[in-house]
Formats: sequence, structure tokens, C-alpha cells
Amino acid sequence: MKILVALKRVADPDNANKVKIPPSGDRIDTAGLEWKPNPFDEYALEAALRLTEDGKAPKARAGEVVVVTFGPKETEQTLRAALATGADRAIRVDVTDDKLDGALVARALKALVEREKPDVVLMGKQAVDGDSNQVGQSLAELLDWPMATFAATIQEEQGALLVGREVDGGVAVLRVRLPAVVTVDLRIVAPTSVYSLKTARTHKYNDGVRFAALPAIMASKKKPLAEVKLADLTADSGLKVQYHGFEPPPARKAGIKVKDVADLVARLKNEAKVL
Amino acid sequence: MADVLVVAEAAEGKLKKTTHSAVTFARQAAAALGGTYSILVIGSGVDAAATEAATLGAAKVLVAQDGSLGVYLAERYAPVVAEVAKARGIAVVVGTASGYGKDLLPRVAARLDAGYASDITGLVTEGSSLKYRRPMFAGNAFGLCSVATPIQVVSVRQSAFAAADASGAQSPVEQVAVARPGAAAERVEFVSFDQVKSTRPELAEAKVVVSGGRALKEKFNQVIDPLADVLGAAVGASRAACDAGYAPGDLQVGQTGKIVAPQLYVAVGISGAIQHLAGMKGSKVIVAINKDADAPIFQVADYGLVADLFTAVPELTKQIQASRG
Ligand SMILES: Cc1cc2nc3c(=O)[nH]c(=O)nc-3n(C[C@H](O)[C@H](O)[C@H](O)COP(=O)(O)OP(=O)(O)OC[C@H]3O[C@@H](n4cnc5c(N)ncnc54)[C@H](O)[C@@H]3O)c2cc1C
Ligand SMILES: Nc1ncnc2c1ncn2[C@@H]1O[C@H](COP(=O)(O)O)[C@@H](O)[C@H]1O
Repeated sequence: MKILVALKRVADPDNANKVKIPPSGDRIDTAGLEWKPNPFDEYALEAALRLTEDGKAPKARAGEVVVVTFGPKETEQTLRAALATGADRAIRVDVTDDKLDGALVARALKALVEREKPDVVLMGKQAVDGDSNQVGQSLAELLDWPMATFAATIQEEQGALLVGREVDGGVAVLRVRLPAVVTVDLRIVAPTSVYSLKTARTHKYNDGVRFAALPAIMASKKKPLAEVKLADLTADSGLKVQYHGFEPPPARKAGIKVKDVADLVARLKNEAKVL
Repeated sequence: MADVLVVAEAAEGKLKKTTHSAVTFARQAAAALGGTYSILVIGSGVDAAATEAATLGAAKVLVAQDGSLGVYLAERYAPVVAEVAKARGIAVVVGTASGYGKDLLPRVAARLDAGYASDITGLVTEGSSLKYRRPMFAGNAFGLCSVATPIQVVSVRQSAFAAADASGAQSPVEQVAVARPGAAAERVEFVSFDQVKSTRPELAEAKVVVSGGRALKEKFNQVIDPLADVLGAAVGASRAACDAGYAPGDLQVGQTGKIVAPQLYVAVGISGAIQHLAGMKGSKVIVAINKDADAPIFQVADYGLVADLFTAVPELTKQIQASRG
């Protein structure tokens, strides 16, 4: 199976409360925050690796995992890290974030899919900087492919994937025949979430994503990393969504610590009037 | 023409409350555009949902009914929405950013070659121009954006748009033709839906939410349920509590779970990670119970109680009950 994984780098999501907005409100300043792979995309990569292996011998890849990012030169570090964890090949589409919107990423990915002809495109359900949650769905529509979004489990079948989706009120199971687009949710990296045809159903993965061993980091430097121009993928680089300004969230006024349960109940009743 | 189309959400033949938030947006947007709004109900056996939609003041309720639409599949629903929007010269297509809306609307946007503003928390109008406020970076910044295409697609955050109430008048109901889906529809099959049944209010709609974190361990229900019962609250959970299996996954509150903004939010044994705060910071009154006085949850809590939850929560339950006589 050949899988294309879309991977975005984002400003450290665990410190997203440190983003700043200058008084002009013309941008969101992430200076000082480390770049990290979008967590959902890391999970998508882990799922792709699980789908292209026999859980017991993870080094023998049964198929190919290609990672792609849209970003400037420095994002090659993010791609190298993905190669070190097991991806076979990487592609960087040269462009900066301010020149992209979800529709453009989807358009360009469509052209890339037509070149690469993967069986599956796997990606995160949302990039946690823009929090848009749209590229996977849009790509599936442009390709006229079936999709399974917010995947919590994936089981490979002959020519299809059985996907458990996290939806309101429970888990919905879909079968998508390949080729298809799958976007992943948090629980896709639980120990028994993803099985290839080759991996025994009794196999249990470690919880979370795998880490690259030192030799793999060295070896990843030799893996192929190609650069593609955005203009080679789409002639239309216009943005459909335009931003006019940014604001910090409304501040909450500082609260108080209550003495004990009785104090809390009294305040909820008399002060906040919510009881 | 500058009309708005609301994509309704129906389940088991009934209209879901998520629809009412999109209607609130539609009323504001249609007023700014000088147009009207219609509500599109899709499914099979959705007459009751359509009748309910007809109480919401729309110029029309459009119904796309077909056996093939009995279970929701984006591959089948997106062409229906897109076709109606195109045929009727719609300017703005809107739905709510529930699991359904998040799955469906970006597909609709792509089909219409339209821009998509997702999960918006505010509409800013200037004459007939529409700008959307949307949270980014887990709610740590808000962007003001506009959509540059002739048809715009928008999803609204349910907690930010109050549910529209009935208008009094009955809208005319009209059946519409069901657009043919693309090849994608032939390659996707609905297999099953494993529903978590609950008699409690829905998280996104509840006036009170009691959420538990990892600290509760196997005693999650034993500690949280009685408090939720006396408060008539919905139950939520942190990701850590869901991942560990103490609470079902669909109760997760946060950036990647449900976004809630109740009158009262009680966080029990939750540290207050940025991704959790993103889902509940908009609550009116926040109470936090945590034994660690430095837990970040206290930075957003109106009332913080530093205590062991295993004694504090049962005590709180008892005292609230007593205070109500
Ligand atoms: C991509 C991504 C998305 C995420 N999305 C979400 C999301 O949507 N929602 C979400 O919640 N998380 C999300 N997370 C996870 C988040 O980062 C935290 O890991 C999670 O919220 C922690 O849950 P917790 O507070 O229950 O657990 P912990 O952080 O372990 O906190 C437990 C708390 O309980 C307190 N405690 C322990 N024992 C007691 C006791 N006896 N009495 C009182 N207090 C006690 C401790 O002091 C501590 O503060 C996401 C993470 C990532 C990477
Ligand atoms: N600049 C980018 N480079 C690579 N992948 C991206 C980029 N932007 C979005 N994606 C992919 O699309 C998914 C959804 O993103 P979004 O719709 O922006 O929330 C992400 O999880 C990524 O997999």
C-alpha cells in the first residue's frame, strides 16, 4: 500500500497561550515558540507506518509512505524527522503559510495525488494553528474519492479500509474502498487502533507515536527529499479566505480561591447565582 | 440575490438543536444582505424534522428525501447541498460545526469552489459585507476573515450562536430533487453506529457541565454522576480521562472535543491544559476542584477549591442538595 501523509509544522501547541498579537492586530506573532509537527499529523504518520508493516518487524515496510509539507526551507527539518521515524520519501512544496489557505492546500494536494497515485492519503483532522479542519474533506471532494474523517481506528481489508470514526454520540464505522482520504483523531495512536492486513490482531502497539532511533536519524539524511514549486501543482494560487486582523481572546477576570465546600456553595448561590 | 441556506442536521427523523444555532446566524446574515434564508433538510423519513424546521421563520424549508440518504454520508449529502445552493443562487451556505457539519461542509465548499470559514464565533457586518470572527491557536487568538468567492460556506460554533426560537409563522415546505452523487459515493459504505446512550442533557446544549479528569480513575462515575444529578448537568471529561477509558470518548471537552459554554462549568481533577481550556473557557462561571494549588485550571476559574476531590465532591453534592431543601 502506498500512503501519502500531509504534515504541517505548527508553533508549539502546548504553549499556544504565549502567542502575541501586536497592537496593530495585523498578525499572530509566534516568535519564541518552537516549531513542532502538528500533533494530528504525527498521529497520521504513525497510522501510515502501522498500515504499511507487520507490527512485529516494523523496519520491513510493506509499501511506501511519502510525507509532504507545504512550507519554507526550514520545514525540511520536520520532514527529516518524519523520515527518521520511518517514512520513505519526502516532498516539500515551497511556499509560506501566509500565502496558503485550506482550499489552496487541497488544490495543490490534488495535483500531487495525481502524480504520486497513492492508495490512501492520511492526514490530521486539523492543523492546531489555524484550527480549520477542512483540507482532508476538501481534497476528497476534489478527487471524487470517499473519505473517513476523525478516524479513531483503521483496519486494512482487501482493497478497503474499515474506519471507526469519532462522531457526536458515539463511534460510526465506515468502509471506504481505495483510493480514499482518511483524517485522524487523537485515539488513532492507541495500542490497538490500527492494523494492516499483515499485522496480527493480537499485536499491541506502544501507546502514542514511535520515536526515531539514533541510527535512523543518521540514515534519514540519505532518504530522498524533493522540492516542488507550488506553481507546478496549481496555476491558481489565489486565496479564498482572507484575514483582515487578529485579536487576543477576551480576558477572564481573576477568580478567587474559596475556603471550603461550604464557602463555595454559598458563593455559587449568593454571588454567582447559579445554584 | 443574496440569500442564505441553512443546512439542517437531523437524526432519527428529528431536527437536531445544532440547526437552531445556524438559523441564528442565518437571520443575522440575511438581514445584512437584504435577503432571506431557507432551511435544507436532507434524509429519508424526515417529514417531522421538516415540520419542525418550518417553525423557524425561514422563507422556505427545502426537503431532499430519498432512500439513499437514510444514513448520513458526506459523499451523498454534499452534492445535494451544492446543487440546491447553485440552483437557487445562494450567497451563504451555513451549518453548525458539530461532528456532522465539520465532516460535510468543507466537502460542500470544495464542490462549489467556495471559500470556507469554519467554526466561527461571531459575524461582523458592515453594510452588506460579512466578516467572520474565528478562534485559532486553541482559542488563544481570534482572526477576522472574509470569504472572497461568490458563494461562501460557513460553519458556526454552537456555543457562540444562541439557539433560534420559533417565529410563530409556518414556512412553506418544498420537496427538491436529489442531485446525483459522484463516483465517491459508490466506494463508501456505512457499516454501523455504536451509540453511547445517555439520559443526561447534551454537552453542547447543557446549562451546567460537570467534567472529570484523569485524577478520578475508576471512580469517575461514582464521584461525578451524583454531582451531575443534583445539578441537572451534562457530564464532560478531559482527554486523559477519555483515553484511560474512565469516560467515553465523545464526552471529551476541548480543542479537539466538544466546545461548551454553559452557565456553570465544574472542573474536577483536571489540570487545565491549553487544549482543555480551549473547550470551556467561554463558560460563564467556572469552578475548579484540584488538590494542586498551582494547577493552570485555577487561572481561568472564578471559584477555585484546593482540596482532595474524593472528599470534596461528595461533600459538595451533599451541601448543594441540602441548600435546595
Ligand atoms: C493534539 C492534542 C489535542 C488535545 N485535545 C484535548 C482536548 O480536546 N481536551 C482535553 O481535555 N485535552 C486535550 N489534550 C490533552 C491535554 O494536553 C492534557 O493532556 C489533558 O487535558 C490532561 O487531562 P487531565 O487534566 O485530566 O490530566 P492531568 O494533566 O494528569 O491532570 C490531573 C489533575 O488532577 C489533579 N489531581 C490528582 N489527584 C487529585 C485528587 N485526589 N483531588 C483533586 N485533584 C487531583 C492533579 O493535581 C492534576 O492537576 C490534547 C492534546 C493534544 C496533543
Ligand atoms: N501547510 C501544510 N502542509 C502540509 N499539510 C497541511 C498544511 N496545511 C494543512 N495540512 C494538512 O491538512 C490537515 C488539516 O488542516 P486544516 O484543514 O488546515 O485544519 C492537517 O492536519 C495537515 O495534514
